[in-house]
Amino acid sequence: MKTKATNPLSKSLLAMASLLALAGPAPAFAQEAELPAWVDTDSERRGYEIAIRSDNSDNGFGDSRVEATMTLRNAAGQETSRQLSFQTLERADNTVGDKSVVVFHTPADVEGTALLSHAHILEPDDQWLYLPALARVRRISSANKSGPFVGSEFAFEDFTAVELNKYEHNYLTTEAITVAGETLPTDVVERFPRYENSGYSRQVSYIDQTIHQVRRIEFFDRRGDHLKTLDLGDYREYGDGIWRAHRLVMTNHQTGKSTDLVYGDFEFGVGLTDNDFVRGVLERQY
Amino acid sequence: MGAIRNRTDMFATALAERMIRWRWAVILVTLLATFGFATGMPNLAFDTNYRAFFSDENPELAAFETFQATYTKNDNVLIVVRPADGNVFSADTLAVVEEITEAGWQVPYAIRVDSITNFQHTWAQGDELIVEDLVRNAHALERGDLLERRSIALNEPLLRNQLVTPDGSVTAINIVLQYPELHSMEVPESVAVVRALRDRIEAEYPDIDIVLSGISMMNNAFMESGMGDMAKLIPLMYLVLLVIMMIAIRSWSGTLATLFLILFSTIVAMGSAGFLAIGLTPVSASAPTIVLTLAIADSIHVLMSMRQRMRDGLAKREAIIDAVRINFLAVSITSLTTVIGFMALNLSDSPPFGHLGTMTAIGIVAAWLLSITFLPAIVSLLPMKASPRKSDGKDATARMGQLANWVTRYSRPVLFGSVAGSAALIALIPTIDFNDQWVNYFDTSLEVRRDNDQALEDFGLYPIEFSVPAQSSGGIAEPEYLQNLDAFAAWARSQDNVTHVYSVTDIMRRLNRNLHGDDPDYYTLPDDRGLAAQYLLLYELSLPYGLDLNDRINIDKSASRLTVTLDNVTTEETKAFLDAAEAWLADNTPDYMHTSATGAQVMFAYVAERNVNSMISGNIIAVLAIGLVMILALRSLRLGALSLIPNTLPILTTFGVWALLVGTVGFSVAAVGAVSLGIVVDDTVHFLTKYRRARVERGADTAGAIRYAFETVGMAIVINTIILAAGFAVLALSTFKLNADMGLLTALAIVFALVLDFLLLPALLVELNKLTSRNTQSGENRDEDQSYQPAQ
Repeated sequence: MKTKATNPLSKSLLAMASLLALAGPAPAFAQEAELPAWVDTDSERRGYEIAIRSDNSDNGFGDSRVEATMTLRNAAGQETSRQLSFQTLERADNTVGDKSVVVFHTPADVEGTALLSHAHILEPDDQWLYLPALARVRRISSANKSGPFVGSEFAFEDFTAVELNKYEHNYLTTEAITVAGETLPTDVVERFPRYENSGYSRQVSYIDQTIHQVRRIEFFDRRGDHLKTLDLGDYREYGDGIWRAHRLVMTNHQTGKSTDLVYGDFEFGVGLTDNDFVRGVLERQY
Repeated sequence: MGAIRNRTDMFATALAERMIRWRWAVILVTLLATFGFATGMPNLAFDTNYRAFFSDENPELAAFETFQATYTKNDNVLIVVRPADGNVFSADTLAVVEEITEAGWQVPYAIRVDSITNFQHTWAQGDELIVEDLVRNAHALERGDLLERRSIALNEPLLRNQLVTPDGSVTAINIVLQYPELHSMEVPESVAVVRALRDRIEAEYPDIDIVLSGISMMNNAFMESGMGDMAKLIPLMYLVLLVIMMIAIRSWSGTLATLFLILFSTIVAMGSAGFLAIGLTPVSASAPTIVLTLAIADSIHVLMSMRQRMRDGLAKREAIIDAVRINFLAVSITSLTTVIGFMALNLSDSPPFGHLGTMTAIGIVAAWLLSITFLPAIVSLLPMKASPRKSDGKDATARMGQLANWVTRYSRPVLFGSVAGSAALIALIPTIDFNDQWVNYFDTSLEVRRDNDQALEDFGLYPIEFSVPAQSSGGIAEPEYLQNLDAFAAWARSQDNVTHVYSVTDIMRRLNRNLHGDDPDYYTLPDDRGLAAQYLLLYELSLPYGLDLNDRINIDKSASRLTVTLDNVTTEETKAFLDAAEAWLADNTPDYMHTSATGAQVMFAYVAERNVNSMISGNIIAVLAIGLVMILALRSLRLGALSLIPNTLPILTTFGVWALLVGTVGFSVAAVGAVSLGIVVDDTVHFLTKYRRARVERGADTAGAIRYAFETVGMAIVINTIILAAGFAVLALSTFKLNADMGLLTALAIVFALVLDFLLLPALLVELNKLTSRNTQSGENRDEDQSYQPAQ
C-alpha cells in the first residue's frame, strides 16, 4: 500500500480533536488552530468533527480498483443497465481532490470509452474523455459537475469520493434510520457545497455512530426542495478500517426515476500511481 | 286512473297540511340538514390540470401518461420577454434574461429552465470540447461578443423560433415544472411566484415587456375562470331571480322564500360535491347557476298557483295547500326528467360533465323536496297578500285562447311551416365544425388569454410530441435511425403552422462538428453507431443540473423524443397535421419507427369525438327514460311517443341555428342534448297533461282540449321558459367557452321548445286526429284509453 504523501500531523491533530469533542466540551485551544474559517457555532464544529471522523475512516487506502453495475429505472418502470469500472488514486491532502478513471464496458456502443478526472475541491474538475470510435482523447471543459452521469440519477459529484472540504458542515441531531432493512443510530449532519455550480443548495447526511459511515444522503435542489435520496447499503470492511458501501440506491423524488449502483469487490493497493492518471494513458490503455 | 290522480292529490294535500302544522320543525330540520351538507363544502377545490377533462380510460390520456413517465412531465411556463428597442442581444436585456433564468429555478416545482443565456453552447478549441452557458455575465460582454452570441443563437435550430425570434427581437424563457400532484394549490403556487417575478422585472426594467404563457398558466386559468364565473354569474343569477320573482309573483315574502329555497338547494349540491370529493372545474362550477335556475322554476310554479288561489278568494293556508296539490305531480315529473337528463352526463368521457350532472341532479332533488316541504312551511309564516284578480290576467288567458284557435284553424300550414323551418335548419347541422383550441376556452377578459394571444405572435404554442422508437436498446445512435429522424424533422419543418421542431439530430450534428475542430463540413450526422453513442456520452457528461437529455432520450436509448410546435391551429388543422405526420412516418421510415403523436393538443383534438361518441348512449338512455316517464305521466303510449317530436326537434333545430350563426363549437356540445332534453320536456309535460285532462275528464274535442291547455298552462309555460332561458343565457356570459356554448345552446333549445310546443305540437295533434278519424271511422277515441267515450 502506498504511504500517505502529506501532512500526517494535521490529520492526527484533527482526529484527536474529534475524539476530544466526543468526550465532552473540548478545550478550545485543541481545535482553533485546525478548524476551517467557516466554523462558527458549536453545531458547525460538531458537524465538521463528525464529517472528519467519517472521512478519515475511509481514507488512507491509497489506490483502488472496482467493477460496478449501474441500473437505471424510469417512472414508467423500464430498466436498463450499464457496466463500468473505476480506478481511484487517493490524495491524502484534504485540500486536493482524488484522481480517477472510469471505463465503460457496456452498452457495447460505448465499450472502452474512458473518463479521466482530476478532482478539485473548489475549482471545476479537469476531465478528459477517450472516444474509441474517434480514437482520440478530448478534454472536456465544463464548469458543471451536477448533471446526470450517463443518464443516471447520480451526478458526477455524487459518487466521487466525498471530499471533506467541499462542504461546510453543520450538526443537526441524532436519529435512528432504516437503510436496506437495517436500523441504525446516526448523527445527522447537513452540509452546504462551497464550490460554484453545484446542483444542490444543501445535503443532509446520516452518519452511523458505530462504523462512522454515511448511510444516507438527502439532496436538496437550488430552491431548497428535496430532490433525491441516496441510500448506501452493504458496507464491507477492507483491512484496517476501510469501509466501502457496495449498494447505492439513488431515488429522484421529483421525476420518480431511480438508479442502483452496485459495486463488486474493491481491490486496494493495486499499485496505481500518478502516471496512471494522465491523458496519455487513456489513448494507450483503453 | 282518476283514482291515482286523486290519491296523488290527497297525498299532496296531506303533505302540505302537515308541513304547515309542523312548520317550525320543518324549518329547523331544513336548516340542520342544509348545515350538514354545508360541512362538505370546505372539501371543494378547483382542479388545476387540463387532464381533469379526460377520463382514466381515455386512450389519448393513457398514451400521454406513458410518454411522460418515459421522459418528463411537460407542464411549463413560457416567459416571453420583449425589449422596447427590439434587440434581445443587448447587454442590458441579456442581463435581464440571465436574471429571469436564475430566478426561474426558484419557481416551485421547476425542474428545468431553458433560455438563450443558459443554453449549453458547445465549441471546439484544439482537442478541447468546451461546454458553457451561451451568455454568462452579460454586462461584461463587448459589442463583438454580443454580435457573436446573437449569431450563434439565431443559427441554432434548438433556439431559433423556440426561445428567440429569427430577427432577435423577442426571446422566451421556458420553465418546465414537475408537480408532485399532492394538492390542488401547486399550480397556483408556481404561477403566483412567476407573476411576482414578472411584476418585479417589469417594475425594475421599464423597457422590458413580459407576457406569460404555457400550460401551467392555462391550468391555473381553469381555477381563475371558474372562480371568476362563480363570483360574476351567481350574483347575476340572483339579480335575474329578483326581477323575475317581482314580476311573476309580486311578493317580497315569496321572493324571500324562494331565495332561501335556491340558496339551500345550491348548498346541498355543492356540499354533496365536497363529500363526493369532486374536483371543481369551470364546467362543474357552473352547477350552482344551473341549480339556481331550475330551483326557481319549482318554487315559482307553487307560488304562482298560490297567488292565483288567493286572488280567487282562498285564505292563505288553503291557497298554499291547494298550490302544492295542483303542482305536486307536475313538479315531481319535471324534476325527474331533468334529473334523468343531467345524470346521463355521467356517460360523458369527460369527468367534469359527469360532475356537473351529478351536482345539478342533487340540487334538483333538493329543490324539489324543499318546494313541497320547506316552501309551504315558510310561506305560511310570512305575510303575503294578493290583490283581487285584475283584468290583465284574463287578457293573457284570452290571448292564449286566441293563439289556440289560430293554431287549430291553420293547423296544416302551421304544421308544415314549422316542420319545414326546423328541417331546413337541421339540414345545416353537418356544417358545424368542432374546435377545441383549449387555450381559447378562456375569454379575452382573462389576462391569461390576452397574454397567450400576444405570445402567439412570436412563438408557437401547441407542442406535439413523438416518441420515435429505434430498433433496439441503444438504437438511437444507429445511422439509419438518425437519418430517418432527421428527415422527419425536415419534413415537419416544411409543414404549414409548424413553428419549431426539436430533434436530437440537431445536437448530433453540432457535436460531430465540434469534435472535428468545428469544421462546418462536419455539420452532418455521424455515420457510425459507436461514434454517435460516444458523442452522446460525452455530451451527457458535460451538462449541468437540469439541462440534461433525460427528457429527450429514454433510459435505454431505444427511443427519442421529437417535439413539433404548432402555431395557433384549429382542431381540424391539428388532426390534418397528425394524420400527415403518421402517414409520412409510415411511408418513409422503417416499421420500427412508426409512431403516433401525443400531447395535450392531441388529446383535445379528439376530445370532441370521444365525448360525442360517449354521449350517444347517454342521449339514447335519456330519450328512452324520459319517453318512459312521459308515457307513464300522460298514461298514454300514443301521447308519450308523440311527445318525442316536440322534445327532440327543438334541440336539433338549435344546432341548426348554431351552424348558421356560429359554425364552430367546443366539445361541451355533447352535453347539450341530454341536459336540454331533460329541461324542455317540462313544457310538453304541462301542455299534454292539460290536453289529456280536457279530453278524458271534460270530454273535449281536439280543438277544445288544445284551447283548454293553452288557457290553463300557456302563461305558466311562457314564464317557465323565460326563467330557464334567462338562467342559461346568464351562463352564456361565462369566461369559459365550454360553459358559454352550453348555456347559449340550452337557452336557445328552451326557446325553440316553447315555439314548437305552441305551434307544432297542437297542429300535430289536430292533423293526426284528422288522419286517424279518416282512417278508422271511430275518430277521436282511438286513444288507447278505451275506457272513456267522449261526449259528442
